[in-house]
Formats: sequence, structure tokens, C-alpha cells
Amino acid sequence: MLEVTGLRAGYGEVTVLHGIDMAMDKGEIVAVLGSNGVGKTTLNNAICGLARPFAGTVRFAGVTITGWPAHRVVGAGLVQVPEGRRVFPNLSVRENLELGSYRRGRANRTRSLDRVFAIFPRLAERASQKAGTLSGGEQQMLALGRGLMAEPVLLILDEPSLGLSPLLVEEMFALIRTIAAEGIAILLVEQNVVQSLEIADRAYILEQGCFVLSGSAGTLLQDDRLKRAYLGI
Amino acid sequence: MLQLSILAPAVLNGLMTGAVYALIALGLTLIYGVLHIINFAHGALLMLSLFGVYFLNRLAGIDPYVALVIVVPAMFALGYALQRGIIARTSHGKDENVLLVTLGIALIIENLALFFWRSDTRTIDVPYAFDVVDVGFTFLSVPRLVAFGAAFVVAGLLWLLMSRTDLGRAIRAVAKERQGARVVGIDVEHIFAMSFGIGTACVAAAACLLLPTFYVTPQVGNAFVLIAFTVVVLGGMGSFTGALVGGLLIGLVESLGGLFLGETLGQIGIFLVFIAVLLFRPTGLFGDRT
Repeated sequence: MLEVTGLRAGYGEVTVLHGIDMAMDKGEIVAVLGSNGVGKTTLNNAICGLARPFAGTVRFAGVTITGWPAHRVVGAGLVQVPEGRRVFPNLSVRENLELGSYRRGRANRTRSLDRVFAIFPRLAERASQKAGTLSGGEQQMLALGRGLMAEPVLLILDEPSLGLSPLLVEEMFALIRTIAAEGIAILLVEQNVVQSLEIADRAYILEQGCFVLSGSAGTLLQDDRLKRAYLGI
Repeated sequence: MLQLSILAPAVLNGLMTGAVYALIALGLTLIYGVLHIINFAHGALLMLSLFGVYFLNRLAGIDPYVALVIVVPAMFALGYALQRGIIARTSHGKDENVLLVTLGIALIIENLALFFWRSDTRTIDVPYAFDVVDVGFTFLSVPRLVAFGAAFVVAGLLWLLMSRTDLGRAIRAVAKERQGARVVGIDVEHIFAMSFGIGTACVAAAACLLLPTFYVTPQVGNAFVLIAFTVVVLGGMGSFTGALVGGLLIGLVESLGGLFLGETLGQIGIFLVFIAVLLFRPTGLFGDRT
């Protein structure tokens, strides 16, 4: 469903990604793992149309979407929940969610809203509150809920666990599994290696702009190199 | 002391002038207050709209109120094209560039107007220009009353647009969180251009309501643009209620200042009120405190 080949991307003169190849199927949870500054968000933005790749192609649902503007990519059903939440602080929780279906899923807005409120009862309680007054965890839920409003085919989650308490991280990962069970493919871009591998089907390890390791989550968890580098064992 | 028969008409006239200021400021508060596009071309676009209304009347005999349905969409389209085609492309998102580009656009429009239409003061003749209603202690001009009412209608429509439609929500979203807007599929450049277009449509509406009792020259915008910026900041950036109340207040202060201090010195009142408000409420009368 998602096919990335030879993707090179970066900012200005600096190349961050040096040829990325990856593929994803319907209904999969795939994790892209790596520490800070290895190019995870760049990859994400290049796929979503927020940054124009230097070279390579991105195909989604059989269509080449390389270089499409972000709003067209969203229209095709590839939706990102960005790093740092990026909720609209000056809009109410309800308005934030409504705008989630700005480009896509507008016809089912009421139904989607009920569904998101059912998944996140906290958001229902705070529906008329300004998003800027929510706690970090609530904002993350709102960002995720806003992403779901667009009825995504593929949802990219950029560091959903960032800045959350361990308990909330646990809750967030459980939610991601619930969402995936509804048939939405999930690309999880994370630093949190262990917990990501626990819910993912497959994973890619990103280092210095290249994938250095990939495979099923179970195999990777047993990999000696990975254990040394990320798990400290 | 001053007689009520002098004071009351001054108050009412001030409020009616203020309504025109409010109409012009409403467009600006959307462009400048919400999206922070420092639009120095606002006055020039008002002047262009006034010429549009003028020529429609003189050449085609179209009533200025009927001209609303022509001038408002036309100026919307021009505003959209200016933002998307010139301002966005040349400013690269930098405020100082926006300021210079819009100032440049204003200079070009004004000088083209001077070149083609010269600096003559022009007016139109409509049969109702001098119609008045008797309110007992004074007479009120009908066209100016219409403009007064229209300011409230336009403010109400803008408020509905911003709070009840996806376009309005998207404009507010883009104002604070551009990256977030992109990830929900909002075409940010389109939203900027729509806002600029709507703001320009507001000055076009102001022009249609103004011309029955006013004149047009290529420099006519200058008188309004500074006051419009004052009203936007005084009322609170991006607040439509603020633009409305601010406009009326400035009109009132100007009128009363003129009454007590004379025409030329009367203007000082505007800036005294402006400074006083900003001293005690830096975010303006109706601005968000956050």
C-alpha cells in the first residue's frame, strides 16, 4: 500500500536521508525506530508532502504521490499525526476535531466525532475547552483523534509517546493497537524501541539517514546489535 | 455649558463616520489582525473600489448599492490574486517583506490611478444623497444611516463566517498553527488568499456605502488606512467586535474633538484615546489576553 523507493530528502543543501526503501501492506503496524536526529521526521515529512524529496518515489495505494502538496496527500487518505501534536491552541477541542475532517471524511463528520469521543472520553468532557488549555497527554489524544477524523487509510504517528508519563505511554500504545485493529495501517515513528516493537508487526531501524536493520518485530527484539545499541543489554 | 442640540448631532454624526471606519477596519482586522499580513495596500484597494463604484455609476448608471454585487466579488477576486500571486510569492513569510510589498502595491495602484484619472475630486449624483430623517432634535442623513447599519451586518456576517464555517475555522487554525493546518489537509496558501480576498471584499462593500455621501480621488485611501490600523489595534487584533466598537469610538472621538478643539486639532483625540487604551489594555479593547 505504501512503497518508498530510493528516497533522498533533506533541508536546503543538507541531505538527511540517503536513499530509503520501504514498503507497507494494508492493516500492518510498521515502526521506524531511531534516536534523535537520524532523519525520522524528515522521512515522515517527505512521505506526507510537507517537504519535497530530492530524489526517489513515494507510492500510496497504487498512485505515485511524490512531490504532492500535503493537502492532496491527506485527501488520498495518508494522514499524519505530527511530532509535537500541533493542535490548534486557539480553537476548541470540538473545532480541532471538526477540522480533522476538513479535507477528507467531511460527510461522516458527526459519526466520526461520536467515534472519537467514544475512544477518548476525556476529549468529550472537554469538547468546548480551548485546545491550548489541555495537558500534554490530552493534546496528544486530541492530535490522534483529529487524525482519525479524516478516516485515514494509513496513519503516520510521529513520536506519539514523546513527553508523556510512563503510564500514559502505556495507554497510548494500547490505543494504537485498538486503532490498528479497525483496519487502519499504522506507521509508527518512534524513539521508544521496546514498546514500539511490542505492538509493531515489522520495524525498520534508521541510523544516519539509512535503514541499517529491518525485519519482523520478534526477530529484531532478539537481534544482538539492536540489543547493544538501543536496549543497553 | 454646551447645549444638547449641538452635542447630540455631533455624537450621532461621529458614530456614523465611525461606522465607515469600522467597515474598513473589519476587512483589515481579518488580514492584519488574524493573519498578520501588514497590508499597507488596504487604503489603495479602498480607493480602487471607490473608482469602481464611481465609473459603474457614471458610465453605466448603476446605483452604488446595486454596485455591491459587482464590486464586492470583483475586489474579492483581486485581493485573492494579489495575495496568492504577488504578496505570498515575494514575501517568503517575512513580515518586513510583506510590509514593503504591500506598500509597493499601494504606490503602484495610487500612481496608476493618478496617471489615468488625475487627482480631481469626483462625486456621483444619486437622488437620495441628501435624504434625511427627522429624529426630533436633528436630521440624520439616510445614506449614512444605511452605512451605519451595514457595518453591523458586515461584522455579524464575518463573525458567523469565522465561528460557524470550516473556512473560518481554517483561517483561525492557520493563524496559530500552520504545520498543524497542513497535516489536516488545509491548503495554507489558499486560506491566506481567501482571507485577503474577504478583507478586500469588505473595503469594496465600504466603498459602495461610502460613495453616495463621499468623494473619490487617487489619494482618498490615505485618510482611512492609518485610522483603520488604529482601529484594529485599539479594538484588539482580529476581533470583529473590537473593529466595530473601535471604529465607532474613533468616529465619536474625532467628531467631539472637532467640536471642542476645532477641525485640525480635533484629530489629536484619536491618538490620545489610542495611547490611553494601549496603556491600560495592551491587547486592545476586545483582544485575547493570552
